[in-house]
Amino acid sequence: GAPCPQWPYCRKRCSYCNFNKYVVPAVNEAAMRACLVREARTLLRLSQVQSVTSVFFGGGTPSLASPRTMAAVLEAIAGAAHLPAGAEVTLEANPSSASPPRLNGFRVAGINRLSIGVQVRGALSRPVPAAPPVSPPATVLPSQSLDDTELQLLGREHTAAQARGAVEAARRLFPGRTSIDLIFGLPGQSQGAWARGLEAALELCDDHVSLYQLTLERGTALAAQVWGGTLPAPPQDLLADMYQTACTMLVAAGFRHYEVSNFARKGALSTHNLSYWRAEQYIGVGPGAHGRFVPWGEGGCSREARVQTLEPDAWMQEVQSRGHGTRRRVVLSPLEQLEEVLALGLRTDEGVTHERWGHFSPHLSLEAVFGAPGEAAELQQQGWLVLDGGGLRCRREGLALLDSLLPGLLCQLQRG
Amino acid sequence: MTLAVRTAAWWARLPSSRLPAAPLCLPPWLPAACGRPYSSSGKEKLDISTYPVESIRNFSIIAHVDHGKSTLADRLLEITGTIAKTDRNKQVLDKLQVERERGITVKAQSASLFYSHEGVNYLLNLIDTPGHVDFSYEVSRSLSACQGVILVVDANEGIQAQTVANFYLAFEAQLAIIPVINKIDLKNADPERVEKQIEKLFDIPIHECVRISAKQGTNVEKVLQKVIEKIPPPQCNTADPLKALVFDSTFDHYRGVIANIALFGGEIQKGHKIVSAHTKKRYEVNEVGILTPNEQPTHKLYAGQVGYLVAGMKEVTEAQIGDTLFLYKQPVEPLPGFKSAKPMVFAGMYPVDQTEYNNLKSALERLTLNDSSVTVHRDSSLALGAGWRLGFLGLLHMEVFNQRLEQEYNTSVILTAPTVPYKAVLSSAKLIKEYGKAEITIINPAQFPDKLSVSEYLEPTVLGTIVTPQEYIGKIIVLCQDRRAVQKDMLYIDEHRVMLKYLFPLNEIVVDFYDALKSLSSGYASFDYEDAGYQAADLIKMDILLNGNPVEELATIIHNDKAYATGKFLCERLKDAIPRQLFEIAIQAAIGKKIIARETLKAYRKNVVAKCYGGDITRRMKLLKRQAEGKKLMRKIGNVEVPRDAFIRVLKRQTDK
Repeated sequence: GAPCPQWPYCRKRCSYCNFNKYVVPAVNEAAMRACLVREARTLLRLSQVQSVTSVFFGGGTPSLASPRTMAAVLEAIAGAAHLPAGAEVTLEANPSSASPPRLNGFRVAGINRLSIGVQVRGALSRPVPAAPPVSPPATVLPSQSLDDTELQLLGREHTAAQARGAVEAARRLFPGRTSIDLIFGLPGQSQGAWARGLEAALELCDDHVSLYQLTLERGTALAAQVWGGTLPAPPQDLLADMYQTACTMLVAAGFRHYEVSNFARKGALSTHNLSYWRAEQYIGVGPGAHGRFVPWGEGGCSREARVQTLEPDAWMQEVQSRGHGTRRRVVLSPLEQLEEVLALGLRTDEGVTHERWGHFSPHLSLEAVFGAPGEAAELQQQGWLVLDGGGLRCRREGLALLDSLLPGLLCQLQRG
Repeated sequence: MTLAVRTAAWWARLPSSRLPAAPLCLPPWLPAACGRPYSSSGKEKLDISTYPVESIRNFSIIAHVDHGKSTLADRLLEITGTIAKTDRNKQVLDKLQVERERGITVKAQSASLFYSHEGVNYLLNLIDTPGHVDFSYEVSRSLSACQGVILVVDANEGIQAQTVANFYLAFEAQLAIIPVINKIDLKNADPERVEKQIEKLFDIPIHECVRISAKQGTNVEKVLQKVIEKIPPPQCNTADPLKALVFDSTFDHYRGVIANIALFGGEIQKGHKIVSAHTKKRYEVNEVGILTPNEQPTHKLYAGQVGYLVAGMKEVTEAQIGDTLFLYKQPVEPLPGFKSAKPMVFAGMYPVDQTEYNNLKSALERLTLNDSSVTVHRDSSLALGAGWRLGFLGLLHMEVFNQRLEQEYNTSVILTAPTVPYKAVLSSAKLIKEYGKAEITIINPAQFPDKLSVSEYLEPTVLGTIVTPQEYIGKIIVLCQDRRAVQKDMLYIDEHRVMLKYLFPLNEIVVDFYDALKSLSSGYASFDYEDAGYQAADLIKMDILLNGNPVEELATIIHNDKAYATGKFLCERLKDAIPRQLFEIAIQAAIGKKIIARETLKAYRKNVVAKCYGGDITRRMKLLKRQAEGKKLMRKIGNVEVPRDAFIRVLKRQTDK
């Protein structure tokens, strides 16, 4: 079991973020804390999870919450299930709410891993500039999140210096357990600027890097500007080059490319995120949080997809009146579970192992489904995919094309 | 017209005349003799024997598209009390969804109107006609049941190409013509100019024109009076033996074929034994009636009247348009036959998935029951499996048919590139023996015979009429020349408007000519055409290849002069219509083994969503599953996947550069 409490609030909206987040003048943190605690207890009881492998504080901007809140939630988790001392407890942090004293406070509260960066959802942005810079940044500044012009384009509030300071402070407090997010494919960004930025980031970073191609999400200011023609859309081939360059550079620097967008060295993989891709159980706590678990505690015996109520006030009311704010519960059919195992597992370098497949499909083996002539065999022949003693996984070239491989594989699975 | 297609909206809109005692539908001047025609039983039959031939008028409304034909029909139905007067009566006679969506009439409808004028009760039969160039055959068959027409011309737009074509159809059929200038309420209306055009082009005196606004109802009454005064009653006698012309037919799932008939002699009623002059089959009449515009059973139909008949015919082919019905053992000379529907455009139609073959087959059968102008031949191809080769009256007809198939029968299909019926004069003795004749018609590019065994290829031509404001003449002439057309006539119909006549190879106008004409004239030029026989042509077959594999849907027969440009164009369009895939795709146009054009679609290098964590998974899976579903519908050519609609998109949006 891997609980992931959500802190839904942000100070400002970032131009690229479409997460469930709320910018409100004053947050009633005590009430929020009480509700997170209560829902964590309720859902852990429902799931009957014995031992918690990891906790992930996401958001929103959870680093805006006080360490007391983390401590209270962790205490509740430890009270409802076994929380081993070494369990990974990650906090998503934002450079502008990551001063050394604050970070130390989080550490004391029980946080032992930090994920910092541009991608901290909906972090501290300033309002989107009316006329954002269209041309690529002229000056060469370090990494993506470390370039002021680009930060401004993304609608972020913090400066490059702040980001650098935050990463350095985090590494001192969470050595070997600090992750940074990098983003590429910004409108107007050149291959050269990206490579130089990445080099600077490599000097700064710890042992985990998340590397994201900017996704234009419907309803965000940035997408509106690109689709409206105010900002240029980066060409497909350039994006492919940027991704390839980054993968090569990171691997050369000793990182293992263990998921489409995630890199780690010295074994610093994110346990929590792996639980998504391995289709393990996870429990979403907080407004808009998603979960996947079997609610044994209320007599369920099938894995369910659950979503908590999105709007914080409504969610709080529900938690106060019935202990949790689950808005949607969908029982996943065996086929749907396998579809998730496949689509998520193939994102990792280990792929879908025989063991994991067997756990979800005791009667029909991976070979039985994908070893027969069909899409998988063709994709293997073309060199995108491998099915062997380890399981089914993408080759390096195939990983970058996974979304083109999956529809065919899903068709084959549905037939099987 | 199937009853199934009579939508809920149709019933809701009309207080149905078949429902009991709908007072608004009661024509108050119905003679006492006919009692309560819409009695509370709702089933009681109407007696229309009180309408002698002299008080019957059979007429049609003809007009260029959008000149207000359907609106005028709505008003006539209202004035005569046939339908209730509400502001919701729009295109009452256009019952098909596709007709309402596109604002066109595809299927002819009829309505009997009761009208009292100067103390005489008249039975006016309005026979609605389709309003698009593709359906001129349907217009002609509707006209043959009429003695006169109302020719509607827009007071703003004036005479258009279709006005000319329709006028000549009516003129050649020797019908009385009542010119009506519509939309006089519009700000830019210029009825005087239009009257002058009518005088110049059709030789109709200015004072005969009626100026109306169908929308507002202005002068519509006067049109009815003109119908009575100008249009002669049908020349026939109830005492003669039965002679009934089938001018349309529809299919009802419960009652079988419903034939629309016009009586040129005698009378007909339930129980009569009748014979089809064409099939010689015998039937017993179950029901006769008039259309108001819903079916209203009557005791009898009499000479000169127009109505419908149900007689246990199981298939529409049993009630062929133009057929004559007579009483058993009282044969009559059949009425002169109509032109039979002549398909101008052929296309292959295949189920997307071969397991859908039988469903599609039954949908096709049901739809063709109502559209006898579509010809159907079974066909099969290596790539597409079993299917059909269908013949349509034109491209709009093809689109409408496809749309009806989707809307009314919920089926989706692969349509191949449209082609016209070419001919080849064979020189090879072997082939002549094989075909049993020296001249063959080619409706499928796959059957295009090699040049070596052919002495001459022939292509169908049409005489096109274009009416345009003079400022577009230059561009239009260039367009026509580009389409290998030869100018036959050019006439100023007034100071600003010109009528051009060109002889076109049919294939040059079949797909996109009309769109090109509209766009270069800002929508002002209009176009219509008529069949003009065959001419010799230097034809070749061009294949489109994807990574070396021919795309059967896109194989085309074209004129040698057009091969390079068309090939290049198709390749470019196809490049935009096919999504990137895992490998590079060569898109080529080839004549025989010779490649004449090539485009390259580069392989995908990166296609993977960046973030996929707990909160992203549900949405992600939904999208992937939709893509997997979409993949099943893709057409595979070699290993290349092509979206089902790509070919139609490639062919349709062809615009002249």
